[in-house]
Amino acid sequence: MISMIQFSDVTTWIHQLLSSCMAPWLVFLIELVVAAVAAVVALLVCVIIMVYMERKVAGHMQLRHGPNRVGWHGLCQLFADIIKLLLKESFTPTRADKLLFTVAPVLSLCVSLLALAPISWGPGLVLWNTNIGVLFVTAISSMGVIGILMAGWSSNNKYALLGAMRSGAQIVSYELSAGLSIVTIVALAGTLNTGGIIESQANGWWVLKGHLPAIFAFIIYIIASTAECNRAPFDLAEAESELTAGYHTEYSGMQFGIFYLNEYINMGVVAMIASTLFLGGWQPFYLPFDFPLAHAFNDIMALKFMETWPAWISWVSLAWPLVWFFGKLFLIIFFMMWFRWTFPRLRIDQLLKLEWKYLLPLSIVNLVIVALFIVLGLHF
Amino acid sequence: MENQTVTPSELKTEEFVVNIGPQHPATHGVLRVEVTLDGETVKDVLPHLGYIHRGIEKMTESLGYKQSIFLTSRMDYLSAHINNHLCALAIEKAAQIEVPARAKAIRIIMDELQRLTSHELWWGSCAMDIGAVTPFFLGFRDRERILELFEQNTGNRLTMSYIIPGGVMNDVRPDFVPKLKALLKSIKDYRKEYDQLITGNYIFQHRTQGIGVLSKEQAISLGCTGPTARASGLSCDIRKLYPYDGYEKLDFKEVIDYGCDNWARYVVRMEEMSQSIHIIEQLLDNLPTGDYRTKLKGVLKLPAGEYYQRVESARGELGVYIVSDGGAKPYRMKFRTPCYSNLGAVKPISVGMKIADLMANMATIDLVIPDMDR
Repeated sequence: MISMIQFSDVTTWIHQLLSSCMAPWLVFLIELVVAAVAAVVALLVCVIIMVYMERKVAGHMQLRHGPNRVGWHGLCQLFADIIKLLLKESFTPTRADKLLFTVAPVLSLCVSLLALAPISWGPGLVLWNTNIGVLFVTAISSMGVIGILMAGWSSNNKYALLGAMRSGAQIVSYELSAGLSIVTIVALAGTLNTGGIIESQANGWWVLKGHLPAIFAFIIYIIASTAECNRAPFDLAEAESELTAGYHTEYSGMQFGIFYLNEYINMGVVAMIASTLFLGGWQPFYLPFDFPLAHAFNDIMALKFMETWPAWISWVSLAWPLVWFFGKLFLIIFFMMWFRWTFPRLRIDQLLKLEWKYLLPLSIVNLVIVALFIVLGLHF
Repeated sequence: MENQTVTPSELKTEEFVVNIGPQHPATHGVLRVEVTLDGETVKDVLPHLGYIHRGIEKMTESLGYKQSIFLTSRMDYLSAHINNHLCALAIEKAAQIEVPARAKAIRIIMDELQRLTSHELWWGSCAMDIGAVTPFFLGFRDRERILELFEQNTGNRLTMSYIIPGGVMNDVRPDFVPKLKALLKSIKDYRKEYDQLITGNYIFQHRTQGIGVLSKEQAISLGCTGPTARASGLSCDIRKLYPYDGYEKLDFKEVIDYGCDNWARYVVRMEEMSQSIHIIEQLLDNLPTGDYRTKLKGVLKLPAGEYYQRVESARGELGVYIVSDGGAKPYRMKFRTPCYSNLGAVKPISVGMKIADLMANMATIDLVIPDMDR
């Protein structure tokens, strides 16, 4: 990335400023809180956009306009809904397990937010730059099922229990092929660090480099991650035509709101991982050819023309990787919405068959092929 | 420590009972189905009726024959025209009333349009029960166009009460034929969208093919009629077997499929929609001119006796059994509604299947709850 100002310059400047007047432990604490709040707020903004987008996408696919009464083109609809949810009573059924019932939504929210830590939003813009980044995300996101199981069990409702059990079977199964397709890319990139994986795609995104296994892994990951998020056509945990609302049938008010929010946060995290691993994260699109027109295109993509601009304008270039990162994020999310509003739902046995008979063997074979590629030194 | 071995046959899972309904998204009304489940597998299905019983049959006994037409619109609210038609036919047969040719043609057009609206709504809600939400809106869009036509010509959208003894309530508007022609053209275009979105969908095909098998013998013994029975290879189209109001002169095919499963029921209904369009097209080109109804006396009295009349509703054989004591009010009016008989098929085709299949089965049988309860 050839931009004049890096995010790391900004963070280093803030760090030096704080260190000059505070004790190191206080600096660490302030930085931790500020960074965490910034990441969560950024994600919540994404969620707001996603919810609005889902309503509009669904509306236009279904010959409707979507929300268009509250605010300009219905932009304030979500805020009206949140106010409504906050004002509603969070009702606990009489014979429910009160502790688990209350903890379940909070737990699943915490788990989803934790998965955000090692994600690289831009060059140098990463909350926790760790060498086990992708592994951490995989480990944390498989814990999300505990919150769903707790919610289903504690509600003392048969629909909720059935939904939770389905969700348990589903997430545990699809973790496997999602994990294996992540490993495929990790093997190609040679690192678990999210920033490192993105850097490895500087000469082309993994899906565009021409590695067939990478393309297969991308398709498998998109399917498996849609299932992990409990999104249609894999929304068996809340299959509304069978189980009314599945595991959150008994939840109301903001407790329901947290589950709803959680679904979108999960989608966001999954889409971030997908864009990091397969679509080059914050890397702009470069043409992998060696002729003048392609070079000109690549120079524009790398913002070379900004080098001659005054320094105060070149600050704008900080936003360029973010534009790519969020563009890819919302592209993947759009595809997930497209699935949801066109496909019928699978049955539970078909769902498990798809994973254990097709996706898992395919991803294992895929991984073995990639391993062979790397051993023979054929990858680039 | 004692080493105890447990064989798999000793391990038992507990069965539990789930109430689907009376307020449940899949029952499309107030049907309560008591389902015994073993995990995800359906062990027993017990439907409970009566949540929308309005005593329509009893109410007809205190109303005149002409007035009871208006109650029949409320039975199967998705095929009000066909219900009215049934009642009008029975009364005409008993009182020996001649119906003008124009009225007969208009009645058949309205019947077939009604069948189209009903099947379009069914298509949407069937896909929704299988998990796709978008078709519901497409189905409603197309149904809306026909309902608009009904509103223009009959004054009502849902409970038309347009077909009355002696003919129809009023003549159709002068622009009825051109508007209907344009409408049929767009319905044909919409049919392509249906196939693109759902019929060709891999998941949908796997959710319906081989699921909910109702054999021909079962269909006969349970008294199933309509598309539900025709998908099991049973020829039972009343329009062919006992033609009324000139169906015998029209060229159309009785749609029969031998697949017996949900997919066959889906295919039969889709093909029936094409046949309905075909029937309407034949009538539109030479709609007879003349009177639209025979003038009747203010109070209609049927000769003492028993009368039975049947028509093909969107869901199967709809029959009415009238007992008259010669007075102005029926002594007894008994309806034989298709949904009530078809409901019996839910248990035999769902036991042993997954709970998601139960919803698909109920969807393809096309249950309308007020039709069962009356």
